[in-house]
Amino acid sequence: MTGFLALLSRDLRLVWRRPGDITVVLAFFVVATVLFPLGIGPQTNILARIAAGVLWCTALFASMLSLDRLFAADHEDGSLDLLLLAPWPLELAALAKCAAHWIVTGLPLAVLAPLLGVTFGLPPDALIALAATLLVGTPTLSLIGGLAAALTLGARRGGALLALLALPLCVPTLIFGAAAIETLMTGEDLWAHIAILAALALVALATTPWAMAAALRQAGE
Amino acid sequence: MAPPFLDVAELACRRGGRPVFDRLSFALGAGELLALTGRNGSGKTTLLRALALLVRPEAGAILWQGANVQDDPESWRGRLAWLGHLDGLKGDLTARENLLGAERLRGRPAADDRLDLALIAFDLHALVHRPVRTLSAGQRRRTALARVMLTQAPLWLLDEPLTALDATAQQAFRTVLQQHLAHGGLAIAATHADLGVPGARTVELSAPQKALP
Repeated sequence: MTGFLALLSRDLRLVWRRPGDITVVLAFFVVATVLFPLGIGPQTNILARIAAGVLWCTALFASMLSLDRLFAADHEDGSLDLLLLAPWPLELAALAKCAAHWIVTGLPLAVLAPLLGVTFGLPPDALIALAATLLVGTPTLSLIGGLAAALTLGARRGGALLALLALPLCVPTLIFGAAAIETLMTGEDLWAHIAILAALALVALATTPWAMAAALRQAGE
Repeated sequence: MAPPFLDVAELACRRGGRPVFDRLSFALGAGELLALTGRNGSGKTTLLRALALLVRPEAGAILWQGANVQDDPESWRGRLAWLGHLDGLKGDLTARENLLGAERLRGRPAADDRLDLALIAFDLHALVHRPVRTLSAGQRRRTALARVMLTQAPLWLLDEPLTALDATAQQAFRTVLQQHLAHGGLAIAATHADLGVPGARTVELSAPQKALP
């Protein structure tokens, strides 16, 4: 546990030292999302209808942006060898890296999304639902993205390959995340969707650390 | 506890389908230093990585006090201190943060007195609060060597430890290495230069062999 917390706090500190990296990601999220109301025009009924899908897609792209550095930076400066040689499970190390990624990407995205939802004319209860679904859904994106980052480590054009690998795997989360907002309009149960998002996150939590560790060991060879 | 003893038996490794070394055997006891020599590409780094279980050997066994280390890789990793050809330091963190962070990554907090000893040994006190990216290559290497010293691990695996070090720093490294050996530690170093430690044993790895058809 000491090692897990040490790695988590080290990665958070590294982000803190270079706030530009994460600011770019959040700025991309804001700019890409705001382009939709500008492009479509002030037809609030259409905007409110597509808001959830647009916000979820742009959140997905934004969280992919920062992922290619997740393990690559450690690979380049030799720190990955130290993680591979730490006397505790590499699975936990992979999990700590994903947790750090979620704290600096998924969490701010979930906080920003309701503010952007206002530009789409979403009603207040939909804004809360949007934040809640992103909060539960983005850990899955960090975990799946982390797996893709570990698999593409050392590959040329790793970034594009990473997105190609991760985006299809994120489709279930995207579908249930975006559909959850619609339930407010159709009167379905919002909690059912959130429960499914949580289940997807737990499946990712239970499977990806092992796959990430295997991929990282392979990259170390 | 039995004295530390490393026994490498008939170790063989392949890289990209080509045998790097084959049937390599040696033993190393407490207080012994093994220098790995050989030309570029002769497999010094591969051997170090195989000993650390970063590369899976094709055949052979690595025994620590008679037990195969592959049976319990986690406690084996806890007995190793690693210095690769990359320093393994984070450029945006200070030297001090790097050293303390590396110790915590090994699952234990670094005591301040041990940190002070390592900083004094490698003359790092003046630059300990500077981000590592502002340090020179030699200063970074000294920080990485201080990290190795901090681990207090019984077996040091060092890949070209003298790279980028000036004469003073090389002497500091020799002193630290000799202290480690005097306390019953073991060390294996891949090197081109003479480490300058009396009584060091040498294994020369031959030039790469051609892959068999």
